[in-house]
Amino acid sequence: MIDSPDSPDSLDFMQLARVIGTVVATVKNDSLEGRKLLVVQSLDHELRPQGKPLVALDAIGAGTGELVVWCRGKEASFPFRREDTPTDCTIIAIVDSEAHVTNGSRRR
Amino acid sequence: MILARVVGNIVATQKNERYKNARVMLCQQITPEGEALANTIIALDSVDAGEGDVVLIVQEGWGASTAATGEQGAAIDSAIVGVVDRIDLLADEIKEAAQ
Repeated sequence: MIDSPDSPDSLDFMQLARVIGTVVATVKNDSLEGRKLLVVQSLDHELRPQGKPLVALDAIGAGTGELVVWCRGKEASFPFRREDTPTDCTIIAIVDSEAHVTNGSRRR
Repeated sequence: MILARVVGNIVATQKNERYKNARVMLCQQITPEGEALANTIIALDSVDAGEGDVVLIVQEGWGASTAATGEQGAAIDSAIVGVVDRIDLLADEIKEAAQ
């Protein structure tokens, strides 16, 4: 059994992440019908993995391997027409490329 | 959403009235690779999950409450919203090359 990290992946706010896989679930809540479920690994500002991977609902058309931004909490269900869509983690943006993530230490 | 394996269920006769008819499941968080994490979660079932199933758990009160009871505003913060058939992950070398 692996220990959970101190800062669980479950309590953080909007973050950068890499889509590392897909989830297939036939039996699911009605309002998730037709939605894409993706496994995302959160990244820090140096694009290094941080925390454990999560499953996110796709609202933008992201695919495996892409760099994305996700949003958590009740707000995560706002992109969907059905406001009762049960999600706590939604992909809301696709980053153009890694070169489009700039910060002081990476620019050097 | 997190991935978890259902390890059992909980029977409670004395409970909040909004929990009426709810199935309260005991779940163990897992990694996408299937390894168990040290995190045990109680979640209400909305999809008829059974012991041993790998499931998706929403941990947000509003969505969890609507999914599990059909109404908002119940004292619920975790609900099972899907039974996982398969997880496809990038091969490690592809993952590394992408990073």
